Amino acid sequence: MEISFQMVMSQVMLGLNNGVFYAILSLGLAVIFGLLNIVNFAHGALYMLGAYVALLGFTSLGPLIGMPDFHLNYWAALIVSPVVVGAFGIVVERTMLRRLYKFDHLYGLLLTFGLALIIQGVFTNFFNVSGDPYDAKPEILNGVVNLGFMMFPKYRLWVIVVSLLVCFGTWYVIERTKLGSYLRAGTENPELVKAFGVNVPLMITLTYGYGVALAAFAGVLAAPIYSVSPVMGSEMIITVFAVVVIGGMGSIMGSIVTGLLLGMVEGFTKVVYAPASSTVIFLIMVIVLLVKPAGLFGKES
Amino acid sequence: MKNLFSKVAMSVVVLSMTSGMAGAASKGVSDGVVKIGVLTDMSGVYSTLGGKGTQVGVEMAVKDFGGKVLGKPIQVIGADHQNKADIASAKAREWIDNEKVDMITGLLNSGCALAVQKLAGDKKRITMNTGAGSTDLTNKACTPYSIHYVYDTYATGKVTAQAIVPTGGKSWFFITADYAFGHSLEQNTTNFVKKMGGKVLGSVRHPLSTSDFSSYLLQAQSSGAQIIGLANAGGDTINAIKQAREFGIDKKGQKLVGLLVFDTDIKSLGLNVAQGMQFTSGFYWDRDNATRAFAKRFYAIHKAMPTMDQAGAYSATMNYLKAIKAAGTDDPDAVMAKLKSMDISDFFAVHGKIRADGRMVHDMYLMEVKKPSESKGEWDLLKIVKTVPAAEAFMPLSESTCPLVKK
Repeated sequence: MEISFQMVMSQVMLGLNNGVFYAILSLGLAVIFGLLNIVNFAHGALYMLGAYVALLGFTSLGPLIGMPDFHLNYWAALIVSPVVVGAFGIVVERTMLRRLYKFDHLYGLLLTFGLALIIQGVFTNFFNVSGDPYDAKPEILNGVVNLGFMMFPKYRLWVIVVSLLVCFGTWYVIERTKLGSYLRAGTENPELVKAFGVNVPLMITLTYGYGVALAAFAGVLAAPIYSVSPVMGSEMIITVFAVVVIGGMGSIMGSIVTGLLLGMVEGFTKVVYAPASSTVIFLIMVIVLLVKPAGLFGKES
Repeated sequence: MKNLFSKVAMSVVVLSMTSGMAGAASKGVSDGVVKIGVLTDMSGVYSTLGGKGTQVGVEMAVKDFGGKVLGKPIQVIGADHQNKADIASAKAREWIDNEKVDMITGLLNSGCALAVQKLAGDKKRITMNTGAGSTDLTNKACTPYSIHYVYDTYATGKVTAQAIVPTGGKSWFFITADYAFGHSLEQNTTNFVKKMGGKVLGSVRHPLSTSDFSSYLLQAQSSGAQIIGLANAGGDTINAIKQAREFGIDKKGQKLVGLLVFDTDIKSLGLNVAQGMQFTSGFYWDRDNATRAFAKRFYAIHKAMPTMDQAGAYSATMNYLKAIKAAGTDDPDAVMAKLKSMDISDFFAVHGKIRADGRMVHDMYLMEVKKPSESKGEWDLLKIVKTVPAAEAFMPLSESTCPLVKK
């Protein structure tokens, strides 16, 4: 098969579609790592949880509260699911993670990894591993758009646009606003910031909650594209960690840009040599670690 | 000293000879128990169509048989091979060497199945494969102790291609799972497409358990083929069909054909998405009164209707136990001789027979997914379009490259 411009463009467009998921998930990881120093291995499970809150809200919530005709629609799920899962994250931070800040990174990693296994295990027990369809995609997002070089589903276009908005909005708040400067200062020197009357522990809790909510948000966005399954997070999380490592741990802009770029690289690889597409990210990771161990956007410490 | 040494050596030789003879002559059940191991994908992409349900099938058969054979208890154990051949063979080795497992069944995933079948053959243990599809299992990889029970890629590829090609599906493009099973399915189907006068324009391979098929579908689309053949299974088939729908591929005259589809896949896709699709199956729960009766009992335990793998595991276990009873021993050679000489006939297998190469041949069915308006219940998913006789569906014995087949 010869490689045409049209084919490359279509695959890169699809790559961008995967890339926004990488970006939004690795952004959450970067925010959490940057401000809490926790390597949040539960991120994949929380992404999955986000998708399930949307799915169950649509299928099971109505009958559960005695209103069989009530379905939590897609737009509501986009808000409700991050809030619910974010609240869950806050409980986790307050009850468990908080106790680990004074120890090595490794303890936080082990705790969150354990949590991820438990959440995934519980869901595997109750739900179909091959996935359940989430049929709540709004009518307005059905159908395809002609991009000139390809027919692209409207829904995926919407995912790309809204994810980019959320990513850059988060970047703006953290890097360019007063609130963001508190956050960044809080991680540099919590004692000093406390002395200025800022409630640092609350700030950290809310930051974790926000990082988790981002994962859940991505989960809701993914639900109509992929089947909602208990393993959807664990399939994603390895790649996302590679993205974070390549971008540089804790770098906000780094994680967004790397996520998008790597998605597109993956798409391009599918045109050139499809079987390599699942490994190309890890190959890049190896090279980046050898050449620039702190990652593309990370600062050498 | 030398004398003593030769005496000891002599007695060892004599002892081992007599014990060997005693082993060969013994009747009844070895180790006082018949142990059946269900080794399959219990948690991954294939666990819905096999998984715990396969073990449920085996346990039902043991219970229906009475829990005992030749006066000795029957025990069922299960394990998850996680679709990894190394885990599968390590588990099988442990089962055979330490747990004295007599028969291993399930064995979804051709990669795992081939590994376990070889190991079990070397150690003279019976495998009754209900899950995997590769035709290698009854060709170059066959052993005197292996049975391939439910279906294979030859049968599903042949029956489906013969239904599709004459009705206008002349040009094909394959989206193939990149391991033994997918390759086998693509190869077998390609042969029949060509034999029927069709042509294959290309193929693309994806890793097992892929969540995003869009780029593969795009390649299939740009090939211009009339038929996009899905040489994969389970969660992979489901995702591919769903996403093809999303990109509107089916609306532009290209048709997707699943080359191995299970009832549970259709359930997951929903009739709206899957309606009209044709595929080949070795079993459907709603075929006649006997299948419905079994399915009802199965549903009560598993909360889902049985797939061909799960129903096949029941039938395989039942016939294995019958063969032990008839042979009066669980000695693998005697049991295999019985299995290959008896008729396999129950709710699952119609006109069943186990051939010299280990292939259990039985009638296969061309299925079609119902329209939502035709469906009368949650599991009322399919209708049987055509029954394909055993002799027509499976690879003729004369073509088998299994060394056990006398030519």
